[in-house]
Amino acid sequence: MDVPQIVSATAARVEPKVSIRGLSKIFGEGPGATIALQDIDLDVGDHTFVTLVGASGCGKSTLLRIIAGLEFHTGGEIVANGQAVTGPGADRAMVFQQYSLFPWLNVAQNIRFSRKLRANKGDFTSAEVEAASGRADTLLNLMGLQAAEKSFPNQLSGGMQQRVAIARALMPRPPILLMDEPFGALDAQTREVMHDLIQYVFLLEKSTIVFVTHDVEEAIYLGQRVVVMAPRPGRIDSIYDVPLPLQRSQDMKLSPEFVRLKGEIVNRIRETSGMKTDLELLDKLCGQLKI
Amino acid sequence: MTNRRNARPGLWTVRGPMSQRNYWLFAAAGLLIPLLAWWGLASAELVSKVFMPGPAEVWSRVVKWSTEDNLLGDTFISIYRVTTGWALSAVIALPLGLLIGSFRPVQALLEPLTDFIRYMPAVAFIPLVMLWVGIDESSKISIIFIGTFFQMVLMVAEDVRRVPVAQVEAAQTMGADRREMVELVLLQSAKPALLDTMRITMGWAWTYLVVAEIVAANSGLGYSILRAQRYLQTDKIFAGIIIIGLIGLITDQIFRLAHRKAFPWMYRKS
Repeated sequence: MDVPQIVSATAARVEPKVSIRGLSKIFGEGPGATIALQDIDLDVGDHTFVTLVGASGCGKSTLLRIIAGLEFHTGGEIVANGQAVTGPGADRAMVFQQYSLFPWLNVAQNIRFSRKLRANKGDFTSAEVEAASGRADTLLNLMGLQAAEKSFPNQLSGGMQQRVAIARALMPRPPILLMDEPFGALDAQTREVMHDLIQYVFLLEKSTIVFVTHDVEEAIYLGQRVVVMAPRPGRIDSIYDVPLPLQRSQDMKLSPEFVRLKGEIVNRIRETSGMKTDLELLDKLCGQLKI
Repeated sequence: MTNRRNARPGLWTVRGPMSQRNYWLFAAAGLLIPLLAWWGLASAELVSKVFMPGPAEVWSRVVKWSTEDNLLGDTFISIYRVTTGWALSAVIALPLGLLIGSFRPVQALLEPLTDFIRYMPAVAFIPLVMLWVGIDESSKISIIFIGTFFQMVLMVAEDVRRVPVAQVEAAQTMGADRREMVELVLLQSAKPALLDTMRITMGWAWTYLVVAEIVAANSGLGYSILRAQRYLQTDKIFAGIIIIGLIGLITDQIFRLAHRKAFPWMYRKS
């Protein structure tokens, strides 16, 4: 009884959730065209947490938006959930940096929005409706939003708004969750809380998450794999497997593995980005000051 | 260092706060000062009363207008013309603007044309309107429609285009189809701005009243102003203009109230 289960589980893991081959993206045409992404190869396995990190202009957000189907690639292939990506779809939920909530709907209505879309199309049984309201309540609890259920987005803090956005994205149990610097606009303390929350969601919901950030510490703390990208042209520079247990805790940030990996990745980003010339200039100036 | 006890921002701080009491104080001053200046100027009799009738003359004209003539009738027929012309324009401009703001091909198809017509003076259409529509009520309504509609379409389209892209994309990644995008996101998100556009264009519709009542009218506030001009009844011209202004002020307040009632979430803060 156990054996076939293991086999099927492994088989499921072999098949990646997102598979990208030789993908490129060029903005514009003619001499004004810029290469946003060049020759991207990336696999995201089922139930893995992958973070994309890099300096601005490395195309990490563009890559995420291509997976979401919000931008179109100009070359190569991209397959998500076993289907070629041709546009946005409910199987790839996305959490944006901010301002994505519907301000005219309260928290509970925002979270139920995807249900409303499906109910609209009439593909609902009454059992599913029941399950949906249970699901919404679960997510309200999970995100600590019970007290804010009837509040409107403009009454909530930035952190609370992002909780709603995450709950709304999770509502239809999307196989893939895409996050585009979702905590970029939050203060440091709120971010830490959100990190543990999204970790918990990842373990509980068994999601596959692709998470874009410019914060190396965030990338390591959340990701099982950290994909470092480099600009001009946007490309994958290196991929790191994070040598930490699946379940993270804040004190791991002080562990030697964490610190070493952080140093390595920060250096890598520094070397591959345009920052290098800036840093050399800064060194020269400091030398002149004799400090 | 001095210890400033009352560290509230002053009245003249850039974008500073203002108490409700002060607001009404300044608003009342803004209305009363011109009124007093007008009264002073008129009673000083520097110019003939024909050029500058005083508040008293204008008031007695209003009384005379309502007792000896049909002020109420003139007011209602004008309100009817303006509101109908404006409503007709809204009925067409709202769906059209929604489509222009939602779909690029519709925008490319209709926006340049609308921009072109928008610059044509509504007054210049009077002969054509008389020729095509005739000289009854519908001609007056048509002029107000022409004056309002083309501006309104563009403003509606702009309101729809200003819906934050993150809201649109969030709905797309939740699997919204084209119809749902327009009905459940773009329209809902733009609603507060659309009501504001309706309020502003109502004001514009009123500015076309006098023009509209040039066309073979025998009643209405605009018509009365035009006729007063012929008989040099400056006090009646003043009265007509002030009444139109007051109607506008009241309509504006009604729209603002409706905005508060329809979109309470905009006014609620934690």
